[in-house]
Amino acid sequence: MSAVVAEHEHDEHHDHGPQKGLLRWVITTNHKDIGTLYLVFSLAMFFIGGAMAMIIRAELFEPGMQFVDPQFFNSMTTMHALVMVFGAVMPAFVGLANWMIPMMIGAPDMALPRMNNMSFWMLVAGVLLLASTLFMEGGAPASGWTLYPPLVLQTGAALPFAIFSVHLLGISSIMGAINIIATIFNMRAPAMTLMKMPLFVWTWLITAFLLIAIMPVFAGAVTMLLTDRFFDTSFFDAAGGGDPVLYQHIFWFFGHPEVYVMILPTFGVASTIIPVFARKPLFGYSSMVYATASIAFLSFIVWAHHMFTVGMPVAGELYFMYATMLIAIPTGVKVFNWTATMWKGSMTFETPMLFSIAFVVLFTIGGFTGLMMSIAPSDFQYHDTYFIVAHFHYTLVPASVFILMAAGYYWLPKWTGNMYNERIGKLHFWLSAVSVNILFFPQHFLGLAGMPRRIPDYAVQFADWNMISSIGGFIFGISQLLFLYIVIDTIKGGTGEKATDEVWEDAHKHGLEWTLPSPPPYHTFTTPPATVPTEHI
Amino acid sequence: MKENVTQKNTRLVRILVFVVLGMFGFGYALVPLYDVLCDITGLNGKVEAAVKEESYEVDKSREITVEFMTALNESTPMVFRSETKKIKVHPGEYHTVNFYAENKTDKAMVARAIPSISPGPAAEYLKKIECFCFSEQTFKAREGKTMPVRFVVNPELPEKYKTITLAYTFFDNTETSVKK
Repeated sequence: MSAVVAEHEHDEHHDHGPQKGLLRWVITTNHKDIGTLYLVFSLAMFFIGGAMAMIIRAELFEPGMQFVDPQFFNSMTTMHALVMVFGAVMPAFVGLANWMIPMMIGAPDMALPRMNNMSFWMLVAGVLLLASTLFMEGGAPASGWTLYPPLVLQTGAALPFAIFSVHLLGISSIMGAINIIATIFNMRAPAMTLMKMPLFVWTWLITAFLLIAIMPVFAGAVTMLLTDRFFDTSFFDAAGGGDPVLYQHIFWFFGHPEVYVMILPTFGVASTIIPVFARKPLFGYSSMVYATASIAFLSFIVWAHHMFTVGMPVAGELYFMYATMLIAIPTGVKVFNWTATMWKGSMTFETPMLFSIAFVVLFTIGGFTGLMMSIAPSDFQYHDTYFIVAHFHYTLVPASVFILMAAGYYWLPKWTGNMYNERIGKLHFWLSAVSVNILFFPQHFLGLAGMPRRIPDYAVQFADWNMISSIGGFIFGISQLLFLYIVIDTIKGGTGEKATDEVWEDAHKHGLEWTLPSPPPYHTFTTPPATVPTEHI
Repeated sequence: MKENVTQKNTRLVRILVFVVLGMFGFGYALVPLYDVLCDITGLNGKVEAAVKEESYEVDKSREITVEFMTALNESTPMVFRSETKKIKVHPGEYHTVNFYAENKTDKAMVARAIPSISPGPAAEYLKKIECFCFSEQTFKAREGKTMPVRFVVNPELPEKYKTITLAYTFFDNTETSVKK
């Protein structure tokens, strides 16, 4: 019977393009539409999460209490993190996956189009539920995004809403991941063998496996919080024989692979963009695939490096320290491969390439500070200070976010058929690249000097660097409006210059998407392409 | 061909959904796994329950300082103190120390003391024969009780441990006990 239905749908799709009117966006099962929905949604969340960051930086501009009360300040740090992780960065990569994976592997659509629609709308529901906690009695969760008990159990009316929101976001991610795995395994053009896939597809395949392995664990952990609070279980309640440290173990078993969920697709996009603008094949294609898989594997066995200070036996500290250091090896392979790809290449510096190069440099800084913190005895000094804040922002903002920007500039001409304004793009890049360092670099010094994170006030000796950091933050925040302008402008026609099919010189040698018209028709690769490009390998 | 892909998708999705359910279960399996690991390693100063009194050969060659600390969980309306702050013991000797706890409210109270021993790896060598922490304690309104703890330090305690701290925190469990 399913065969009959599928056949029927298949015929219909040939007959007409997108539905007219707004309802198209609600009921669409087209991978390009859903990709657009994800990307627009994540851009909106990027600005909402960004506004929360602006509140944090405004409060920290000077010592003393300025604008908000401490409870709300802590709600802001918590919500900023949750919105940026689950509302902005992860959905943005899912959006890219939806748009690009079918086009990159020569498939007509995602494998499970209806589930695709459902996972998007479940994401919206989850984020709305999370945002609603801002208006509840007792305020939004303020315990930090890690939701550690016993502190998180003191959250007011918001706690069950935040937990159900995590459930929804988790189910949404899991469905998205299952869809991506099914698409990559079953929908590839016959000529697209696994080791010919673009690295963006490879990294997403591995990321999707991480997601289905960890999101259920997180769902379990927050469910335990829920039953501890409302149903008298004692998973984390010492009074009933539980242990709050257990939550930290379960959380970070999820949490460490989770941060790689945000960075592996970043690696994939960087490995896609850099060869095109260096006009060379990617250096070490297969080593990139194996490095990604190694990083994913290692992410499961290093979680307790987030909790060196809980009082672990020395053997545990040593094991987690050495295992963590091991991650530097496959990551180093990647950084050297990107550098070698650029070596003696005929490089040009369009905006996507600028963002990608900045990513390689600045991500490496974030990687090195990570290595510093992997050293257990020194981690006691860095733990819960602004040093860790600086570290993970370097790996998230000038890495993941920069690469998302790069991806935007790189594929916008393909998506819209119009060229973006290169001059404003470059302005956006330079403002972002300079201000992101003014914003986050001083936080290393603050952390080393002992300024704790998640506190709205600080001792006066931290005043200068905080002010500089805040100024950088405001410039960075305002600069992102340029990106919003460029996106809208490009959709409306941009510079007036129409994008060619391959957009970037010889890009058709690097990816199947560049063999399609710009913008691509509503349905592409209804018959699989006979040959696939191999220049990226 | 189309049917073929649909079938392949269905099979793959079924496998992946099993993986998801399995990982959800794994999250819960971490709870007993953690307890087992804590028992083996003494992580977090988790201690075993009561042990029978058996006689050890007393090690007169060294003295261990055993410190006693008391604390109240936030909003537990009690007085709680140890009558001995610290004592020096030879490993293998039995000692009894007294703790005093008092209900400051006009209602009956059920409270539970949770012990913690540091350094964690020393936890398994501190054996308790008698302790008020083994079960929930019921206090009448304004009642005060003196409660003994009888313990011994196992002479196999490694040389490097000179001081062991035994800390108790009282939690007010009245509400949850009433519900049960």
